[in-house]
Amino acid sequence: MTTTTATHRGFWYRHPGLRLGGLLTAPMAWLVVVYLGSLGALFLTAFYQVDDFTSQVVRSFSLKNFQTLFTTSAYYQSVFRTISIALLVTILCLVIAVPLAFFMARVAPRNWRPVMIALVLTPLWASYLVKVYAWRSMLQPETGVIAWFLKPLGLDGPGYGYVGIVITLTYLWLPYMILPVYAGLTRLPDSMLDASADLGAHSGRTFRSIVIPMIFPSVVAGSIFTFSLSLGDYITAQIVGGKVTMLGNIVQQTYVTNLPFAAAVATLPVIIIVLYLLAVRKTGALESV
Amino acid sequence: MTPAIRVRGLRRTFGSVVAVDNVDLDVIDGEFLTLLGPSGSGKTTVLRMIAGFERPDAGTIELAGVNVTNAPPYARDVNTVFQDYALFPHMTVLENIEYGLRVKKVPKAERRARALEALEGVRLTDLGDRAPSQLSGGQRQRVALARALVNRPKVLLLDEPLGALDLKLREQMQVELKAIQRDVGITFVFVTHDQDEALTMSDRIAVFNEGRIVQLGTPAEIYEFPASEFVAGFVGTSNLLRDETALAVLGSAGTWSIRPEKIRIAAAGTAGEAGERAVAGTVREVIYVGMSTRMVIDLAPGGTLVAVEQNSGRHADQRLAMRGENVTLLWNTEHEYSVN
Repeated sequence: MTTTTATHRGFWYRHPGLRLGGLLTAPMAWLVVVYLGSLGALFLTAFYQVDDFTSQVVRSFSLKNFQTLFTTSAYYQSVFRTISIALLVTILCLVIAVPLAFFMARVAPRNWRPVMIALVLTPLWASYLVKVYAWRSMLQPETGVIAWFLKPLGLDGPGYGYVGIVITLTYLWLPYMILPVYAGLTRLPDSMLDASADLGAHSGRTFRSIVIPMIFPSVVAGSIFTFSLSLGDYITAQIVGGKVTMLGNIVQQTYVTNLPFAAAVATLPVIIIVLYLLAVRKTGALESV
Repeated sequence: MTPAIRVRGLRRTFGSVVAVDNVDLDVIDGEFLTLLGPSGSGKTTVLRMIAGFERPDAGTIELAGVNVTNAPPYARDVNTVFQDYALFPHMTVLENIEYGLRVKKVPKAERRARALEALEGVRLTDLGDRAPSQLSGGQRQRVALARALVNRPKVLLLDEPLGALDLKLREQMQVELKAIQRDVGITFVFVTHDQDEALTMSDRIAVFNEGRIVQLGTPAEIYEFPASEFVAGFVGTSNLLRDETALAVLGSAGTWSIRPEKIRIAAAGTAGEAGERAVAGTVREVIYVGMSTRMVIDLAPGGTLVAVEQNSGRHADQRLAMRGENVTLLWNTEHEYSVN
């Protein structure tokens, strides 16, 4: 019996290492050089100083920038304010998104779903700036829509400031919370809810003991978006924040005159997010993003 | 005596599809009743309405004499074993089993004791701390069973619980389920589309077709005396002689059923003994199935019958060589059963 050999050479087939290399070189170069490289430069710069007379960056290592950040009340108050805004926005998004996503995934007829998802996504089609300026006009004291609505009730609108920032950011990042929670809820088998009811649990108990624990990874995934996007934002604060500043505003205000200090301020949200990611890694949420 | 479940005039439609159409059913206390039927015949919908997951459009459901037609699932003294087991993935095996007791605020010590007892009852004593994802299919099945039984319901509803298991495990679980049912003395309502499963396990079988119960009886009654052509075909092999063919072969018209194992295959020209009918035919197909051989035989007067013979005598190869051979089929006339 004679055997013949397949003539096709298959160079890439026979060299899986090269194949992998060809596939990954470009994205890895991007990730390492552009992304991690600039992040490294940021960290390094955070420990440099500025010469008071020449305004030149002096490459000497010290913790002075962080010291300033945590001892100057305007700065450290801004740190806590920024974290509290990010937390509030995340909680508000959660409170709005969970019932909404639950309705979309489990109550409404199945053929409404595409329409509802489209509606949730529609705000993302508009420019970020357009949306923030829209909120600026709505939040305007005395003459804005919100103030106008509240006037008959004898109330003033929130105007520009802390509350305005929280409302605007909640609006901006809400879709990023709805979508993962919705996805988590659609993955929840009907039989889980039936089984819980079957075992004697009324709807509230089922929601608390079965639905919430089972979609928790999705909720955490959504919170990663809302929390980190809020933490790094500065344009919203600029437009609807009045005199209230967030960390990003300090970076913007100082990076021309004192680049190392601005870098130190910019490092803080990165550290907070990394700590948050490390904390949530255990919940399995990072697989749900 | 009040039946464990009394169903009257039950009806349920999904859009324009009538899933359950005017079903009446009494389930006797302590029996193992199987709802058997092809998919879409309404058997699962009936089960889900008894459990309370679906609301009937019309009709009433009574559990031990109490009308529960509009009661939510959590207010009914029944528990369900789901087809996909529906174990809660964020709880351990023991927590899953305790869930029903926890919801009903049974004190912790008693709860734990009963859950462990239930776990022992399904022979999984050492697996209480595992997550459901760490169990095999058969083990999950048992946990689902323990989780339902620990609540000591009046009725246990089982929705094709063995469907996802492989054949070997399924046969083993059939025996085990039946034994558990005898031990605990709880009424079981079991849904399946598998006729063997139904015949093996049940005290009584309700055969469903197109949303209705077409026959209700013991396994032997259903198998030996099918009430209709559908039942004859669904339970066991469809072996029917109709109209002119029946007239030619049996001497009377109508639809007749003859079970394959009642038919004897003999050499061509063999005369039947007293009470036996002898019909000439040709072997069209021989199907070897290990324990037995199925032969499809075209009858000389017309019509086709399937005969099954145990592979105890002739060698399998000899049987396979019988394709195309002329034979005589013999059966006792009392096994001719009219299904009109």
